[in-house]
Amino acid sequence: MNDTSTKSPMVNISVEMRAKIGSVLDHYGILILIAIMMLALHILQPDVFFTWRNLTNVFKQTAWQATLALGMFIVIVTAGIDLSVGSILMLSLMALAITSKAGFPWIVVMVVPIIVGVICGYLNGVGITKLRMPHPFIMTLGTLYLFRGVGNLVSGGVPISGFAEEVNFLGTGRIKLDWLLGEGAREYIPVSLIFVIFLYLVVWFYLEHTQHGRWIFGIGGNPNAARAVGINVDNMLILVYTICGGLAGVAALILAGRTNSGYPNAGLQSELDAIAAVIIGGASFFGGRGTVIGVFSGVFLMGLLRNGLNLMDVSVFWQQIMIGAIIIIAVYVDVLRREISTRR
Amino acid sequence: MTTPILQVKGICKYFGAITALENVDLQVSAGEVLGVIGDNGAGKSTLMKTISGLNPASKGEIMFQGKPVKFNTPRDARDLGIEMVYQDLALAGNLPIAQNIYLGREPTKRFGLINRIDHKRCLEMSQEHLDNLKIHVKSAKQKVEELSGGQRQAVAIARATAFDANLVIMDEPTAALAVKEVSKVLDLIKRLKSLNVAVIIISHRMDDIFAVCDRVMALFHGRNFAEDSIKETSHDELIGWIMGTTQNKNGISQ
Repeated sequence: MNDTSTKSPMVNISVEMRAKIGSVLDHYGILILIAIMMLALHILQPDVFFTWRNLTNVFKQTAWQATLALGMFIVIVTAGIDLSVGSILMLSLMALAITSKAGFPWIVVMVVPIIVGVICGYLNGVGITKLRMPHPFIMTLGTLYLFRGVGNLVSGGVPISGFAEEVNFLGTGRIKLDWLLGEGAREYIPVSLIFVIFLYLVVWFYLEHTQHGRWIFGIGGNPNAARAVGINVDNMLILVYTICGGLAGVAALILAGRTNSGYPNAGLQSELDAIAAVIIGGASFFGGRGTVIGVFSGVFLMGLLRNGLNLMDVSVFWQQIMIGAIIIIAVYVDVLRREISTRR
Repeated sequence: MTTPILQVKGICKYFGAITALENVDLQVSAGEVLGVIGDNGAGKSTLMKTISGLNPASKGEIMFQGKPVKFNTPRDARDLGIEMVYQDLALAGNLPIAQNIYLGREPTKRFGLINRIDHKRCLEMSQEHLDNLKIHVKSAKQKVEELSGGQRQAVAIARATAFDANLVIMDEPTAALAVKEVSKVLDLIKRLKSLNVAVIIISHRMDDIFAVCDRVMALFHGRNFAEDSIKETSHDELIGWIMGTTQNKNGISQ
């Protein structure tokens, strides 16, 4: 305890204090970071940032990314990775656009991207387990190209625009607040925000309160433990990748509503954003660790950052640099947190 | 003696061109502690994994309470009350003790259309079970990765005994433990015996074998080599079995 090791700057704090700091950072670290960021943005942009319009904008912009990140989170909990979610999103979106253009009823148009996403995810899962790919990275790297290629092939690589109002509802729908704030109020809650919160609650319940959820964490902690107690690890992994793909399909539906079009560049590099959000949110890349609220915070933090830098007219290039830096800082904070809270 | 609870006949296990087990027989009765010894690579762990369902046999017959059974996954074996404590313990460090004990068999309660885990009952049952086994931990909520080696071993044993096991297989349960912890594990084995549970223990430590076993069998190069009641044998004879030099006086192997 009192040796002179100077590995970490935190060695001089008492054990109880460390445990406390560790636990606070563990639970609220990212929320503290978000609060600081919001305060800073408020000070820098007092007229714009804290307006209803701007904040709902952040939510609307990030809703589809939040959905992608949620699927990615479940995969990362199993110590896996899904590089293909951006391509699944694009393929699902194109399938939606084509069905819409072909004149199918809106309910079919809405279900198609989810089915496509589920099928893509299932293929990933089967490839990883039954083809015994050495790592999910490889299978999903393959399908990253494959699914986008198929998406371009079926759509001819051109944007397809104009969907039914019902299809766009998830992405652009508004819940008016007249009844609360008085007649003629312009404030509203985006439907996408409510929907995303609902999705997060469902996944939280699934992970924390069902057997499947605990098995997913168990597999992430030690796949041999899961096998030894008789859990069918392969089937669980197929399920996890299928859920991830399905959520990418849902993300496509939200994005379709927001943009009112299917375009071939949709979801480019969004798998990396999703991974970044999950990691910033405190999930371990080695599996078995992380929370749903952390993922949501990770997405929101990245959204806020982009929003703030946009408001201040900072170039996109600087945004890239900032997001890169945040990933490294967030993980370093996590490393420090571990050092603080483990007694060494 | 009555019908053995588990009887294994002519088990063969091949890994590609390698023969790990060749025509191995084994039997164990309720309330009996069987020691399995042999040199590294003799096939002890492989044999146990065929019985626990983790690594099904290529050939051979398994009889449980006189009836032929087939174990394709650990689930099949566990459903009949055959539990195994693996040498590497097979615990998920990121999960709390309670969730490790009940991993794969979480107590659930109905919640609308779905079954949700009854976390409270899981915790209570774990705590009670740990108390019964006289295993002391701060709380069943503690994550396994925060525990000492001995405590982890105890959690693995707790998991194997949480559901009225008929047979508990332990692969080197004392190899990684401090002296004080070893006697605790041996006490646990004696307690299982007194509850009429069959126990198979793999060990390199002769002291452990003589402390708890009723009978001991040796494997050599993946075959039955020798077997005898513990009272009829000696420390030196067992060493000879492990080395493959002293043949058993009853001449079991060909």
